[in-house]
Amino acid sequence: MTQELLMRYLIWPLVKFLVAFLIVQVIVAAMNWVERRLLGLIQARLGPNRVGWHGLLQIVADPIKFLLKEDIVPSSSEKIAYFLGPMLPLIPAFIVFCLIPFGPPPMFIAARVNVALLLVLALTSTGVYGIILGGWASNNKFSLMGGLRSAAQMVSYEVPFGLSIVGVLMLCGSLDLVRIVDYQAHNIWNLFSQIVAAFIFFVSMNAENNRTPFDLPEAESELVAGYHTEYSAMKFAFFMLAEYSSMLVNSCLMTILFLGGWTIAFDGHGLTTEKLVSMGIFGGLLGFAIFFAKVMFFMLVYIWFRATFPRFRFDQLMDLGWKWMIPLALGNIVVTAIFVLAGQERLMYWIGFVTIGAIIFYLSRKPAPARPAASHKVVHAS
Amino acid sequence: MFDVHEMEINFGPQHPSTHGVLRVLLKVDGERIISAKPVIGYLHRGTEKLFEHMAYPQCIPHTDRMDYVASATNNLGFVETVEKLMGITAQIPKRAQLLRVILSELQRISSHLLWLATHAIDIGAMTPFFYCFREREQILDLFETYCGARLTLNCMRIGGMPEDAPAGWLDEIEEFIGKFDAAVDEYESLLTNNRIWKRRTVGIGVISPEEAIEWGVTGPPLRGSGVNWDLRKALPYECYSELDFEVPLGINGDTYDRYLCRMAEMRQSRRIIEQCIPMIKATPAGDIKAKISRVVRPPEGEVYHSIESPKGELGYYIVSDGKSQNAYRCHVRPPSFVNLQALPAMAKGHLVSDLVALIGTIDIVLGEVDR
Repeated sequence: MTQELLMRYLIWPLVKFLVAFLIVQVIVAAMNWVERRLLGLIQARLGPNRVGWHGLLQIVADPIKFLLKEDIVPSSSEKIAYFLGPMLPLIPAFIVFCLIPFGPPPMFIAARVNVALLLVLALTSTGVYGIILGGWASNNKFSLMGGLRSAAQMVSYEVPFGLSIVGVLMLCGSLDLVRIVDYQAHNIWNLFSQIVAAFIFFVSMNAENNRTPFDLPEAESELVAGYHTEYSAMKFAFFMLAEYSSMLVNSCLMTILFLGGWTIAFDGHGLTTEKLVSMGIFGGLLGFAIFFAKVMFFMLVYIWFRATFPRFRFDQLMDLGWKWMIPLALGNIVVTAIFVLAGQERLMYWIGFVTIGAIIFYLSRKPAPARPAASHKVVHAS
Repeated sequence: MFDVHEMEINFGPQHPSTHGVLRVLLKVDGERIISAKPVIGYLHRGTEKLFEHMAYPQCIPHTDRMDYVASATNNLGFVETVEKLMGITAQIPKRAQLLRVILSELQRISSHLLWLATHAIDIGAMTPFFYCFREREQILDLFETYCGARLTLNCMRIGGMPEDAPAGWLDEIEEFIGKFDAAVDEYESLLTNNRIWKRRTVGIGVISPEEAIEWGVTGPPLRGSGVNWDLRKALPYECYSELDFEVPLGINGDTYDRYLCRMAEMRQSRRIIEQCIPMIKATPAGDIKAKISRVVRPPEGEVYHSIESPKGELGYYIVSDGKSQNAYRCHVRPPSFVNLQALPAMAKGHLVSDLVALIGTIDIVLGEVDR
């Protein structure tokens, strides 16, 4: 009996977590290569293509370089805090992966917790401490400013981040990530019924991860490198790892909350969890592949954003968060509540469908050459 | 609780977005700038003093190294000033004049491209940087075809040009400018109506026309405030008076208007080159040098002459004693140096993030500021 419990609650989850951890490590390292290659593609250049086939060995070369570099510690830094800085964001970023289902349960989830969503949010939000601590401990004014910016930014965006999920919870009635996915498979992706929430969630997760256009804490052109200015070698790599891991976590969350996770189903038809489970190991892998494809989509959107947008200014970022995102998220909760109370969830889908259709139609037009508005137009003197 | 905690920050001289070795001594309250004081001189090479010990033609390569992203216009300013001192301005053959105009307008485009690239990356937009460098590379290739150098061109001589246009060069230019407007459209599609770009630039670093004139600001920063002052129109040199082009003027005098001005200027430069190509094809080949003595020894006197460099009024003041082959005194009025004066006034009250936008919008080259 004890042995069975031990197997069920300790050994088996640990094995699954280790596997997940390794896969995540590889994905994170690979994302770095994908990002550089894709940026290269967008920016009319090549990106890393020297090491190995299409530069794929870059994934190995980068960690080797980080490990072999000299680890410089500024003599005037606050030693303990300086060492803690890179570790604090990394640990929660990895722990979170035990809670995330990568495919149909029970195979692809290390620990199924019924309040998984809350736990994930709680863990990811602790990542900011390392950044503040690191920025402060470096004893560098630019680092300090980066740390402060990051603190303000992450605290501000935590609010819309959390609020945007409430609508989903009201629809699904559960904090269990598996049940949220199942709800979507039996109804429709939350993306359609919660289009505003999806938008807010996506923007906030960009801000949470300090990614362009919200990469102010490490704004290269302003703060040299922000909070990690004084970090080198593996300590710097830890910050990078944490950033990419939390990108991955957030993409997973986006997929689970709004894009139906590992299912491709509508109203219970199609590849639902039950169907995938009934297909055995093949179904499990198929579910994982679907999940992975959706996650990759969001990872690529991150990179696409990075190539496209300039950076917000600090006060504008706060403006956007407090004056737009939070009221919008609150409004979304009220509207969703009304629909749910009235039992009109179906109507929400259709509104979402039409809106998304309109957005796609608008974006697919061939853009006219950009010309400035009349209030800024240049006058031509002869 | 609400008292001011000043913090001093040394912004530079080693900082990714100070465009060289500019050091700005910042006093900030949080992120808000209380005062910004540019500290310059890290790249001082005593160019003006060097000029006093070199024969006039030997000075030309040194002018390359002042505004090293726009060396053709530096050359042009110097050789024109010496020609004016010698009184041979009218003898310069038409073909040489047109070559000079083509080179300096190409240089204007390449300088503005570099400005846009760095300005955009300072504000956080990565991609325009590479697009701009793609086109700039083609211009540098054109320079290489003409004179063998890509950056420090040394491409003009007192009394004319060092060599005629190489075979096929004019066609290459035509091909380049044929595609160039579409390229500018591409940059504009990334930035002009981008909401974030506008929020970062509109209303940032406003200079009124009066202030701009008082500070002695010239070039796009002056025209961005709506002052119609372009030396190519106001005091035409070479054959600019025969060419049909317009001077783009801003309305609000902010960073966004200066951005629009420079974008429009690139299109105008393209227009100028487009007109020059048929004109130069109509002139006799090889007629690129005025008949002057090999030894340049201007008569006694002094002269100030200025041209419109990509960054503003580039002036040379030369005193000749009439006896020697080198200048008695040479002073350079670099546009970057004078424009940089306006930085403290522009930066006050803005945030640290705006400072990089402002350094970008002034478009300084430290080689020219420090000489």
